[in-house]
Amino acid sequence: MVIEKRWKTWVFFYIPLTVFMVGTLFPFYWMLITAVRPDAELYRSWRAATNTPFWTLQPTLEHFRDLMAKTTFPRWLWNTFFIAVASTLISLFCGLLAGYALARLRFPLAGTLGTSIFVTYLVPPTLLFIPLADIIRNFQLGNTPWALILTYPTFLIPFCTWLLMGYFKTIPKELEECARIDGATRFGAMTRIIFPIAVPGILSAGIFAFTLSWNEFIYALVFLSSPERKTVPVGVVSELIRGDIYFWGQLMAGALLGSIPVALVYSFFVEYYVTGLTGSVKG
Amino acid sequence: MAQVMMKDLNKKYDEVHAVKDVNLHIRDKEFVVLVGPSGCGKSTTLRMVAGLEEITSGEITIGDRIVNDLPPKDRDIAMVFQNYALYPHMTVYDNMAFGLKMRKFPKPEIQKRVQDAAEILGIQELLKRKPRQLSGGQRQRVAVGRAIVRHPQVFLFDEPLSNLDAKLRVQMRVELKRLHDRLETTAVYVTHDQVEAMTLGDRVVVMKDGWIQQVGEPLDLYSRPANKFVAGFIGSPAMNFIDVSLTDAGGLWAEGQGLRVKVAPAHATRLSAYKGQKVTLGLRPEDLRVASGGDPAEYTIDAVVDVVEPLGSEILLDLRAGQTTLVARVEPAVRAKVHETIKLALVPDRARFFDTKTELAI
Repeated sequence: MVIEKRWKTWVFFYIPLTVFMVGTLFPFYWMLITAVRPDAELYRSWRAATNTPFWTLQPTLEHFRDLMAKTTFPRWLWNTFFIAVASTLISLFCGLLAGYALARLRFPLAGTLGTSIFVTYLVPPTLLFIPLADIIRNFQLGNTPWALILTYPTFLIPFCTWLLMGYFKTIPKELEECARIDGATRFGAMTRIIFPIAVPGILSAGIFAFTLSWNEFIYALVFLSSPERKTVPVGVVSELIRGDIYFWGQLMAGALLGSIPVALVYSFFVEYYVTGLTGSVKG
Repeated sequence: MAQVMMKDLNKKYDEVHAVKDVNLHIRDKEFVVLVGPSGCGKSTTLRMVAGLEEITSGEITIGDRIVNDLPPKDRDIAMVFQNYALYPHMTVYDNMAFGLKMRKFPKPEIQKRVQDAAEILGIQELLKRKPRQLSGGQRQRVAVGRAIVRHPQVFLFDEPLSNLDAKLRVQMRVELKRLHDRLETTAVYVTHDQVEAMTLGDRVVVMKDGWIQQVGEPLDLYSRPANKFVAGFIGSPAMNFIDVSLTDAGGLWAEGQGLRVKVAPAHATRLSAYKGQKVTLGLRPEDLRVASGGDPAEYTIDAVVDVVEPLGSEILLDLRAGQTTLVARVEPAVRAKVHETIKLALVPDRARFFDTKTELAI
């Protein structure tokens, strides 16, 4: 290995990395610091002699207590969780079967079908919510969790299908053929051999689907109206800004609590997640 | 134990006609090798026997059952794949037991059979490992073990040794042959390697472009190839082909590309019908040797040495003779130098002649 000059490693590696890290992590830090800052400090003038914008000396959990006790935040958390899990499960189920079929079965128009599924994923939700709103109203699902559980799969299923299709294609088809010769039916080979091997792929599809539905904003904003039905991303911005007053402490506490589950899910499965996206099966 | 019959077997993909009118009777306990260049339809034929490919037309019988519409699991066969196809999430034991579990064998029976197979293949100490902890040769053994625990009627091998290095391949080849002698199960083996085909097969089926070219015992194929393709495919280095025309000048002579040799009396009657026509003369490298003074002039060729390849047990000489090139396999004692002109004697009786148009042996 050629040893690079030290300044090169600094200029091309450490410094850009540091800039990137600060850029990515600073908002989270700001969120955290604001969430634990007492109100007295929050609404202090920037020019005040005692102003310490980047740290606080009297951290408090008051905003979290208020958020939990005085707002419907726990309810939103539960709503978001329920909706995200349900729509993830639906999408994973459909994505698994569709992805498998597109990767393995030979049938007429398979290629066209695969492409059209992908194209539906490309239609932006900001356009799609208009016709969807009509459908939701016709089925009288407005302001129920089902409005979201049934609309999130419109973008989650194409996504899961494509991710899983790609993953299934990396699994040698001989494994399945061997299982079928060994005495399994096609379905048996799929559930006993292919799915267990595809666990990293399935997990990353699941994590992605869960995150997308957890963070989803526009459908949740449009289809849900009563405060106790809302999800975290919508609830935080619509209910914690009353009139023109920003309850910064609660806002940030809510945002923080809302992002923790996603961060947990990611860190828990990060290894699977990486192999799932890069697809690596060794026979 | 069972015979396998293929009757007028055809396989068509959208545009490609991969297997054409294959008729083959594989006898009980026989080891038959399908060999040919890639894309010749050998694997497709095997996969149709396995039930992994639909049959376009024709009939396949295993034992006394027509299996055309049977799914693979009901055909009572076992298959070994080129990439081993071991289930990566299962241990070696579970890999081998999978087929028996699927068929609902009692646990003690499964255990016994897996142990027996592991013993035969010398992999007892690997049973608890996962496939990724095994070397290529070990994986191949496990794949074979997985096939034999089921005591199927027919073994199917799809280029099982192609992923192994040369030394291991030779070793596994011998083991497979020993295994077959011991288990006495009908086996169909696909390979593109003619050495594997010749050493393993009781009979060898040579295929090209979806057609069966010739079926026969290995030495038969070698000494009596049915056409130019088989003659060129079987044997290494390949047979030398020279385009000649037959002329009558005090006996039959083969003349062409700057060479002129006499046709052996043994072939003369068969070839007399081709007098004045073009035929292809085929000479195996070992049927050419450096001439001594006693060799009759009508069976010798002048040639210039191009390349000398000493292999230890023999020497291969690449030569230019007339307007063509030849390979000769000569004794290791021969001292030939590059650019030197030497006289080659041929074994007249062993020369082969092929119709230049149809490429069939004459």
